Amino acid sequence: MTTLGPVLLRLAQVTRTHGHGELTVHALRSVDLEVRVGELVAVMGPSGSGKSTLLNIAGGLDSPTSGTVSLADAQLSGLDLKARARLRRRSVGYVFQDFNLIPALTAAENVSLPRELDGVSTRPARVEALAALADVGIAELADRFPDELSGGQQQRVAIARALVGPRRLVLADEPTGALDSVTGEDVMRVLRARVDAGAAGLLVTHEARFAAWADRTVFLRDGVVVDSTGPRPDVEALLTLDPA
Amino acid sequence: MSVRNGLVALLAEQPMHGYQLRQEFERRTGGTWPLNIGQVYTTVHRLVRDGLVEPVPQGGTGSTDDASEDDAPFERFRLTDAGRAAATSWWATPVERGAPARDELAIKLALAVTSPGVDVRGVIQRQRTETLRSLRDFTRLKVTPDHRRAALAGGGQAGDVGPVDTPVADARADLAWSLVLDSLIFGAEAEIRWLDHVEARLARASHEAATLGSAAVPAVPPTDAAPPGRLGVPGAASASGADR
Ligand SMILES: Nc1ncnc2c1ncn2[C@@H]1O[C@H](COP(=O)(O)OP(=O)(O)OP(=O)(O)O)[C@@H](O)[C@H]1O
Ligand SMILES: [Mg+2]
Repeated sequence: MTTLGPVLLRLAQVTRTHGHGELTVHALRSVDLEVRVGELVAVMGPSGSGKSTLLNIAGGLDSPTSGTVSLADAQLSGLDLKARARLRRRSVGYVFQDFNLIPALTAAENVSLPRELDGVSTRPARVEALAALADVGIAELADRFPDELSGGQQQRVAIARALVGPRRLVLADEPTGALDSVTGEDVMRVLRARVDAGAAGLLVTHEARFAAWADRTVFLRDGVVVDSTGPRPDVEALLTLDPA
Repeated sequence: MSVRNGLVALLAEQPMHGYQLRQEFERRTGGTWPLNIGQVYTTVHRLVRDGLVEPVPQGGTGSTDDASEDDAPFERFRLTDAGRAAATSWWATPVERGAPARDELAIKLALAVTSPGVDVRGVIQRQRTETLRSLRDFTRLKVTPDHRRAALAGGGQAGDVGPVDTPVADARADLAWSLVLDSLIFGAEAEIRWLDHVEARLARASHEAATLGSAAVPAVPPTDAAPPGRLGVPGAASASGADR
């Protein structure tokens, strides 16, 4: 067993319904999920199964109809809107399929922006941003604008932005979506390395090849967790495994 | 068949003892298909019987090795002319794919969609989880640095028996193992894609059956809606053939 850190994200009996009566949609039903520090969890499932809903609720962008979400020991539903927004901003980073970089800002400025929103002043925010860019292996591209970067490089900037400063939970919704498979693999490598270095990650993907980088995968269908691969074994265990 | 051909190919390089054959075979394929020594000797003796291999006469110089090898308790084997021809023709002939190997999963699903009362979705989901689990483990092995993997694998790599055990040969063996892992990764991925495909086809078939108003057809599993010849066999063929 890989040694994992404390639980960073905990969803308990989370249900999310949209609409009323005839039109009720059960986007999530009684979902339990824990993600620990050092752990990358993939979420797979058919279109409409509730993956994005799960991610949005985990990050506090959406609220459960019932059930609880706790982030680093604080229960999101117990906080008022402002406090929740602050906690979310400081501890959660998002990576989306379309990167969401601001075209008028350089890579470093894109990454330091969330820190400045946290109240950090420009100079230290830039230092943190450069460190985050170095972590994802593109320190030398800090002063380029998004349209001067390849898709894979842009995605690295987005990951750096998601994990800059004290953020320890990264939520990624199809982060490899627009990339070819080799570049997608690079993105997974970066995500994996950041999680191994002390973050936690929740990754939505349609591609088994990318889900294979996670420690475990949970499968959603019609808003219900129907299966899970269970935790991954150590490399040591894999190598001494007798395949026969 | 593959072990037999593999041993012939190894003997084409130089005469070897049985245990040396086993070690080389495992080293070059990364221990993915472990052989027991009994299997090696059985195979070698069949090759002798078939005239492809012969024992090296005691005291003879079958290779560049010196006479200290006389102390070895086991006899060494070398190829006959017929054996050398077999080795050459193995490289020159593609592995036959025309008649697909009997695939338990394809058979299982073909029977599942045609047997009343089987929870086909459950069968698919359990298989997907299992296959993703091995995909994850192969991926983990692949991204583990070679030197660490070699250190962990210990005994398997540390032979002073193989005369080909030079740094260059080690790098080659690492590459070989990495390629074997790639083959397993592609295979697992193709299987998961096929399972997704089967699930989607079943869902559509049961949907069509429902909208046609055929009250006799149950929603899932759609025993009538999925003719076995159409759903089972072509899908299986594409998973084991074209996708790899
Ligand atoms: N604001 C909303 N109002 C009503 N229904 C919604 C709303 N948001 C999501 N849904 C429904 O909730 C279900 C889950 O949606 P969600 O976006 O989580 O799916 P998903 O698994 O991310 O799908 P995809 O793979 O297509 O991105 C769907 O049936 C969707 O139509
Ligand atoms: Mg979605």
